[in-house]
Amino acid sequence: MKELLEGSMIVAKAIQLCRPGVISAYPITPQTHIVEELAQMVADGHLNAQFVNVESEHSAASVVLGSEATGVRSYTATSSQGLLLMAEVIFNIAGMRLPIVLTDANRAISAPINIWNDQQDTISLRDAGWIQLYAEDNQEALDFHILAYRLAEDKNIMLPVMVCMDGFILTHGIETVDMPTQEQVDKYLPPYKALYKLDVDNPLTLGPLADPDYYTEARYAIHETQKKALALIPKLTAEFAKVFGRNYNGLIEGYQIKDAERVIVAMGSVCGTIKDVIDELRKKGKKVGLLKITSFRPFPAQEIYEALKNVPKVAVLDRSVSLGSFAPAASEIKACFFGKTKKPKVISSFVAGLGGRDITKDSIKEIYSALTQKEKTCEFIDLKPELLKENYE
Amino acid sequence: MSNHLFSPGHTACAGCGQSLAVRLVIDAAGKNTIVANNTGCLEVFSTKYPESAWEVPFVHSLFENAPAVASGVEAALIYLGKKDSINLIAEGGDGGTADIGLQSLSGMWERGHDILYICYDNEAYMNTGIQRSGLTPFSANTTTTPKGVKSFGNPKMKKPMPEIALAHGIPYVATSSIGYPQDITRKVKKAFTIKGPKYLQIHVPCPLGWQYPSNKSLDMGKLAVETGLYPIIEYENGKLVSVRKITPKPVEEYLKAQGRFKQILSNPDEIKKVQAIADNNIAKYGLKSESQPETPAV
Repeated sequence: MKELLEGSMIVAKAIQLCRPGVISAYPITPQTHIVEELAQMVADGHLNAQFVNVESEHSAASVVLGSEATGVRSYTATSSQGLLLMAEVIFNIAGMRLPIVLTDANRAISAPINIWNDQQDTISLRDAGWIQLYAEDNQEALDFHILAYRLAEDKNIMLPVMVCMDGFILTHGIETVDMPTQEQVDKYLPPYKALYKLDVDNPLTLGPLADPDYYTEARYAIHETQKKALALIPKLTAEFAKVFGRNYNGLIEGYQIKDAERVIVAMGSVCGTIKDVIDELRKKGKKVGLLKITSFRPFPAQEIYEALKNVPKVAVLDRSVSLGSFAPAASEIKACFFGKTKKPKVISSFVAGLGGRDITKDSIKEIYSALTQKEKTCEFIDLKPELLKENYE
Repeated sequence: MSNHLFSPGHTACAGCGQSLAVRLVIDAAGKNTIVANNTGCLEVFSTKYPESAWEVPFVHSLFENAPAVASGVEAALIYLGKKDSINLIAEGGDGGTADIGLQSLSGMWERGHDILYICYDNEAYMNTGIQRSGLTPFSANTTTTPKGVKSFGNPKMKKPMPEIALAHGIPYVATSSIGYPQDITRKVKKAFTIKGPKYLQIHVPCPLGWQYPSNKSLDMGKLAVETGLYPIIEYENGKLVSVRKITPKPVEEYLKAQGRFKQILSNPDEIKKVQAIADNNIAKYGLKSESQPETPAV
């Protein structure tokens, strides 16, 4: 059924449809509307779940760690500083192979304090062992949460999934979405049956000490499982299409890419803006395209290689920075082509949209224009030199 | 399998007070118990993969989050309709309880979860090499409050954890000591008859960190109590309902038995300061045989 709703309400409804038994969260802008709505659903008896209000994000993540370890499907949501405060628990959850689903309302990191969107928070936790899916719009945000539980709880995966959606742009943006029915979701997502759990009838020790004889294998297993997820995601999205009628690749999505001479690679809501610009430029005969990365972890290196190997010029647009090095997505995209014969002549890297600065259609056009023979490394778009106190040339 | 729910064969030091307390606690709690553990000595010596000393479900996550993990376990059990038949324990050492884990513990208390929190108090960060914690006693020599020409050891008092617990309005707060094994058993059993958050702080002497012979752990626990330095108290619903009465011994008897206080033994002024701590406890809780507490319960 089509519904016109705010992104946060859409996510809350998606979670309600997934029937979690325990929800725990700590408020942080712009995640709050999601958990407020879930709290209301519980208060109204529309969602049979325990809602645990905690004193910090560290405890929110720890509560869902405990409930998931007891065999109950669990959910939390956060953003920015909250995700960083969770960081220690985030790594722990993946290491303990607990298939929790978390929504991150992508937001900039302090200092300076800034409540607006960029993707520095989740990008900073890319090495934690979680699967990371980035939504372009609220239909994807909705669908990815359902997919996320199915993927996380697959007995061959058993890894947590972070659904990353741009703060405010998606969480507070009002869109029409196709809301699935409970029957559809129940058909796609069976009740959770934990492989291992805290159970007095079958006492197990979870979270033991692993010395150098064992630690490496535990980490290797997560790394290899991420690769398994790479193979599983397209299968699960194909099944998703059968039940819900919407078809995602789940790893990457190409837009006007077949004959494109210039392609921007990006993640998240900016892909919508890029598609609009492409439509305009195509009308003028410009062969431009987009490669959207949906799954940043696992990183679909082979799929990216296949999609871009014949594209002459590629621009990678990062909405985060690895301060002092190459931009995060750019360095990984470049790595896909290292040592290959077929590859773009130019892979330039651009940073834009930090701390909520709008990435406008003009910003995108500037990136296409800047995509010349001269390769750009971590070039900031829409920078205001007049605000800088020093000359960094 | 042993007859206990915490098996022998773990790798704790000889004379470890904590391992003894753990066995008493879990045997008293019974097999329908789930344990959430803060990082410390305990999971190191009892859960080194692929072995485990635990005969009950046990989860170790991080240094400071056992109260929150246990809160999640409780929420899950309520969701599953299984909470009434299962006892929940969250536990940590003194640093995990009074320092890095105090926020998560406060949250667990304030939310009113039906969980017994146990602080195994060996009075320093023993797992990392005897650094000072918020529960290290005054004048103890630790690796971060070392004795020196300008130092007699730890300059701070123990953080008053039982009072902090009481300030949360929780229904059961008590201290105990491995010097009195039956006291531990009784208090754990009693705690599980009371619904809501419970706090039990158990004094667990550490031969390594305190520098005494490993066959003296129970004696050390008793001496701490008998001198008034570690009052054994029990509060129900904010009211002091029992204290272990003593005929107070001078604090020197306790201090001279351990290496960690060696630097103050020849300094009467410093010993007086320690005696004043004991005297204050004795008066405050009415520890002296046949006396009454000086002040009403917090």
